[in-house]
Amino acid sequence: MIRVELPAHLRTLAHVTSEIKLDVEGPATLCSVLDALEARYPMLRGTIRDHVTLQRRPFLRFFACEEDLSHQAPEAPLPEAVASGVEPLVIIGAIAGG
Amino acid sequence: MSKVRVLVGTRKGAFILTSDGKRDKWEVSGPHFAGWELYHIKGSPVDPNRLYASQTSGWFGQIIQRSSDGGKTWETPGGEPLPKPGEFPSGQSNKFVYDTSPETGKPLTTHQFYDGTQHPWEFKRVWHLEPSLTDPDTVYAGVEDAAIFRSTDGAKSWHELAGLRGHGTGPQWQPGAGGMCLHTIILDPSDPKRIFIAISAAGAFRTDDGGQTWKPINKGLYSSHIPEPRAEVGHCVHHVAMHPSRPGVLFMQKHWDVMRSDDAGDSWHEVSGNLPTDFGFVIDVHAHQPETIYVVPIKSDGEHYPPEGKLRVYRSRTGGNEWEALTKGLPQSDCYVNVLRDAMAVDSLDSCGVYFGTTGGQVYVSPDAGDNWAPIVRDLPAVLSVEVQTLP
Repeated sequence: MIRVELPAHLRTLAHVTSEIKLDVEGPATLCSVLDALEARYPMLRGTIRDHVTLQRRPFLRFFACEEDLSHQAPEAPLPEAVASGVEPLVIIGAIAGG
Repeated sequence: MSKVRVLVGTRKGAFILTSDGKRDKWEVSGPHFAGWELYHIKGSPVDPNRLYASQTSGWFGQIIQRSSDGGKTWETPGGEPLPKPGEFPSGQSNKFVYDTSPETGKPLTTHQFYDGTQHPWEFKRVWHLEPSLTDPDTVYAGVEDAAIFRSTDGAKSWHELAGLRGHGTGPQWQPGAGGMCLHTIILDPSDPKRIFIAISAAGAFRTDDGGQTWKPINKGLYSSHIPEPRAEVGHCVHHVAMHPSRPGVLFMQKHWDVMRSDDAGDSWHEVSGNLPTDFGFVIDVHAHQPETIYVVPIKSDGEHYPPEGKLRVYRSRTGGNEWEALTKGLPQSDCYVNVLRDAMAVDSLDSCGVYFGTTGGQVYVSPDAGDNWAPIVRDLPAVLSVEVQTLP
C-alpha cells in the first residue's frame, strides 16, 4: 500500500479530504504510483503530468522522506519507506506569492 | 415569470447569480471551484441546465467541468473511475492535443513569438466554450495557443478542427499580451456550417464548411502597430458580436477601433464615431434591436482603465458611429477597473438586460437596455467572463 498526499486543489478535484492509499502492482516507482493514482481518480489525469509526454507539470514537485524526487527517473524505485507505506509520497505545488 | 441566470468566471472561482425578471433582487451562489481560474462558463441553448466551464490553473493545467442541473452540481466528463485496471478511459475531458496528422490538414508546428522567432504550439488553456445551437452534447472550445476544438460527446473528448491552423498563415500569428488565444466563437444560426472565430493576435476567420477550411476575414482592418497595417493576418481582434437575426452583420472591438461588417466579415469599416477612445475589449448587441450595440471604452493599450476614471458604457442605436454615454448607476469618479473581452452579455427578456463584469470584482446589470445600472455584486475576484441565460 502506497500513501500519496495531494495539494489542496487536487484533493478537491478528486473529491478526497485526506491522504490517498493506493495498491500498486509491481515495483513502486513514480510512474507506477501515478498510473495507479490516475486510474483510480481519472479526473487527475493531465493535472500532475502531461497527457502525452507524461512529463511532470512545471509547478509541481515530488517529495518523500525529506528527499526531492522531482528529477528522479519515472521508472526508478521509490524509497523503501514509501513502497512499504511508512512514509507518503508528497506532491507539492509551487508556493504562490503576492 | 421568466428568470435570468448569470454565469460569472473569475480569477478565483465561478459564481452563479440568479434573479426573477425584475432583476432587482439576486441570489449569489459560489465560489464554485474556489481558488481556480474560471475563464468561461456557458450554457447550452438547447438544454439550459447543461453548462460547460473552463477551469484552469498554472499549477494543474486545464479542467473541463460540466453541469446537468444548471450549476448545482458539476462533474468532469469522462472522469469516472475505470471499470477495470488497464482499461481504456471513456474520455479525457481536459486532453487538448493538437492534430498534426497529415490526413486532416497541413500540420502546423510553429507560430511567431513575441521576438519574431518561430515558437512551437503549446496548449495552455481554454478561453472560450461555445455550446452548439442544436445539440447539448456538442461544444466548441477556443484555446491558447490558438486553435479550435470540438467535442460531440458532452466534453468527454476533444478533437481539433485542424483546418484553421492548417490555413497556412499560422507562422505569422503571434501572441498578444494575454497570450495567443482563440477567444471568440460565433455559430451562425442560419447556416450550421458557418462559424466565425477571432484570435489575438491573428485576426478573425470564417469557415463555411463546418470547420474543415477557414479564411481570414480581416479586409478593412488597419493596425498601425504591426509592420503591415493592412496585413491579411496579425490584427489584435479583441471581440466580435453578432445578432442572431442578422448573421451577416458583425461588430468588432479591435485593439483600437470599433468595426462593422455587413458581408459576414468579407470587409470591415470603422464605426468608432464619437467614442472618447476606441480602445476596449467587450462589444455586444441588444437582444431585440440588431442596430443597438454596446462597448466599454478603455483609455489605451497602455492604460487599461476607463478614461477620466469614469466607468461608462457607450450605446449606439445606429449600428455604430453615433454613441451615447450610459452612466446612471455607474461610478463616475476614481474608477480604474477594466472590462475583459468575454465579460459582457445580454439577456432576452422583453426589456433587454445588459450585464458586465470588471477586474475590480463588480458585476453590473441594467434591466432597461443600459439606461440604468446597479451592481449585482461588488467584491468578487477579478471577473474574466460573464454570460447570461434567460430561463422560462
